Amino acid sequence: MATTHQPRGPLRTTLAYLFLLISNNTAALLLLPLVLASAILTLFWVGLPFVILTALTLRLIANAQRTTLAHLLHTPVPAAYRPLPPTGIIPRVRVILTDPATWRDLLWLTASPLLTLLALTPAILLTHATYQALHALILWRHTPTLYGIHTPTTQLHALLPLIPALLLTLLALALAPHTTHACTRLSHLILAPSEKARLTARVAHLATSRADTIDTQSAEIRRIERDLHDGAQARLVALGMHLGMTENLVETNPQAARDMLTEARETTRQALTELRDLVRGIHPPVLVERGLQGAVQALALTHHLPITVTTHLPGRPADPVESAAYFAIAELLTNTAKHSDATHAWIHINHGRQRLIITVTDNGHGGARPTPESGLGGIARRLDAFDGTMNITSPPGGPTIVTLEIPCALSSPKTSPSSETAS
Amino acid sequence: MRVVIAEDLALLRDGLIRLLQAHDFTVVAAVDNGPDLHTALTEHKPDVAVVDVRLPPTFTDEGLQAAIAARAHIPGLPILVLSQHVEQLYARELLSDDTGGVGYLLKDRVFDIQQFLEAIRRVAAGGTAMDPAVISQLLARQDQSGPLAQLTPREREVLSEMAEGRSNSAIAGRLYITEKAISKHINNIFTKLDLPPSSDDSRRVLAVLAYLNGRQ
Repeated sequence: MATTHQPRGPLRTTLAYLFLLISNNTAALLLLPLVLASAILTLFWVGLPFVILTALTLRLIANAQRTTLAHLLHTPVPAAYRPLPPTGIIPRVRVILTDPATWRDLLWLTASPLLTLLALTPAILLTHATYQALHALILWRHTPTLYGIHTPTTQLHALLPLIPALLLTLLALALAPHTTHACTRLSHLILAPSEKARLTARVAHLATSRADTIDTQSAEIRRIERDLHDGAQARLVALGMHLGMTENLVETNPQAARDMLTEARETTRQALTELRDLVRGIHPPVLVERGLQGAVQALALTHHLPITVTTHLPGRPADPVESAAYFAIAELLTNTAKHSDATHAWIHINHGRQRLIITVTDNGHGGARPTPESGLGGIARRLDAFDGTMNITSPPGGPTIVTLEIPCALSSPKTSPSSETAS
Repeated sequence: MRVVIAEDLALLRDGLIRLLQAHDFTVVAAVDNGPDLHTALTEHKPDVAVVDVRLPPTFTDEGLQAAIAARAHIPGLPILVLSQHVEQLYARELLSDDTGGVGYLLKDRVFDIQQFLEAIRRVAAGGTAMDPAVISQLLARQDQSGPLAQLTPREREVLSEMAEGRSNSAIAGRLYITEKAISKHINNIFTKLDLPPSSDDSRRVLAVLAYLNGRQ
C-alpha cells in the first residue's frame, strides 16, 4: 500500500475524483445537524428511528467516499459494517451504536471541515495570487487598497504585489500534491477499517453464512431421508413382499404368480423413477458428465422457453461451485417461467478476475424482488457460503437481469467456448 | 446377430449377456471401459452395440463419446445407448448425424424384455429407439403453441409412438387399431406439421425427431 498512495493517472481524472472527494466531505458536513438532532432526540427515545436513518445515510456517503478514495489510491477501501438485523428498531440501533465502523464514520464527519480545508488549501492560495495579480494590473485603479496594507499610487508601485502573487502560485503548485496526498491518506486512515474491525466483520459474516449453510444442508438431508424412507425404501419392501408371495403361488396358481411378477416389475420401475428424481435433486448426473456448461445446455433444452446459452469457461470450477451455480440457474429459470411472462431467456457463463460470472436475462415484465422467503432469497443465501453475490436488476416492464458472481479458480486449461440456442 | 456390450457394473453386464445369449444374439465382446469399447467397436464392427453412457476411466459420458466417435469412423454403426437418466442433449447429439441405427433408452426399459429386444433389433436394422421419456419431454416443450397443438389426441399418441421409432405395424399392434388407420393418422400428422411425406420408416422417424428437436 505504501507505494500506491500517490495519485496517478490522467490529471483530469484525478481532478474529477478530487472534486468528488470534496463534495462527499461537504455532503457529510451537511449531515452533521441530522446527527446532532438524532443524538438529542434519542434521549427521548423517539430519536431511535432517526439514528438508523442517519447512520444509513452517513454510510451511503462514507461508502461513496470510500469508492472515490479507492480510485485515487488505486487500492480497494473496504467498508466493514456489522450486518444489521433485518427487523426491530432497538436491535438495529444496538448494532449500529456498538459497531466501531459507525464511530469511524462519525470521526470522519467531524474531521471533514479540516479535510476539506486541507484539500482546498492550494486552491485558496491560487485565488489569492490571482486576486493580487489582478489588483496589480487593473483593480488598483478602482479599489486602491490591497488587504488594507498596500495602497499604490503609481503603476510601478502597484506592480509590487506581483512578487507575493508569484510566490503564492509557486507555493500552491508545490503544495498541491502534498495536501491532496495528506487529505486522501487521512481520509483513508479514518474510513478504512482497522485490521481488527475487518476481521471482526469477516468473522461475523462467516458465522452467519455458516449457520445458513448448515441449516440449508440439514434441511436437504432431512428431505432426502424422507424421500428415501417414503419412496424407494417402501417400494423395495413391497417388492420383497410381492416376490415372497409369488414364490408361494408359483406351484399352486401360476397365473396369479405371473400377475404378481408384473406388479413387482412395475414397483421396481417406480422405485427407479423416484431414485432418479432424487439423484437429480442431489447432484444432476449430467453435471458430473458434462460440467456446468453441458448441464446448463441440457437444462435449457428441457425448458419450455427458448433459451440461449453462451459460455466461455477455460476449465471447470470446483464441484461445489458448479453444483451451486447449476441449482441457482435452475431456480432462476423456474422463477422466470413462473412469474415473468417472458418469451425468451439468455444465460451467459463467464470467468474472469478469479470469479465465475453468470447472468440470467429474460424479456419478461420485470419487477422481481428478492425476499428472504422467496427462491431468490434462497439463492443469495446459498451463494453466500462461497462468498458469492447475486445482483438483480428488474425494473417494472422488464427486462430482468440477474448477475451471479462466485469467487473461484478453474481447473484444467481446456478452452471450450460455445454458444447454442435451445429452441 | 453379433453384439458388443459395454457396461461397467459386472452384475448388469452379466445380466445383459445372459439375456441376449438366451435370445440368439452372439456377444462378441463385453467390455467395462471407454477405451476398450472403442477398440471393440472398430475391431468387431458388430451388428449392434449396447452401451452404457457412464464408463470408466472418467466415469463421465465416456460410453456416449465412444459411441459417437465410432459412428463418425463407421457411419451408421448401430448403437443402443443405455443410461440411468435421459438427457435431451444426449439424444440430440446421437441423432445429429441424421443416420439411423441409434437408440437411447433408460436402463429400466430392460425390464420389458420383449420391448427391449425389439428395440435392439430395430436399431440393428438401421431404425431408431428413443426412450418415451425423451419423446414426452420433446412434445411437452412444443406443446404451448404451434402446429403440434392442432393434432388430435389420437394423432399425438401415434406421433409419440412413431418418434420412439416404431414401425406402422408395431404402432397398430400397440394402439389396437389397423395399420391402414395408422397410415392415415401419419399422413394427417405430416400434413399438419408441414413435413414432406416419406414411405421409408426410419427416414420418417428421423424427420419427426429433427422436427421435435427444432432442427427442421
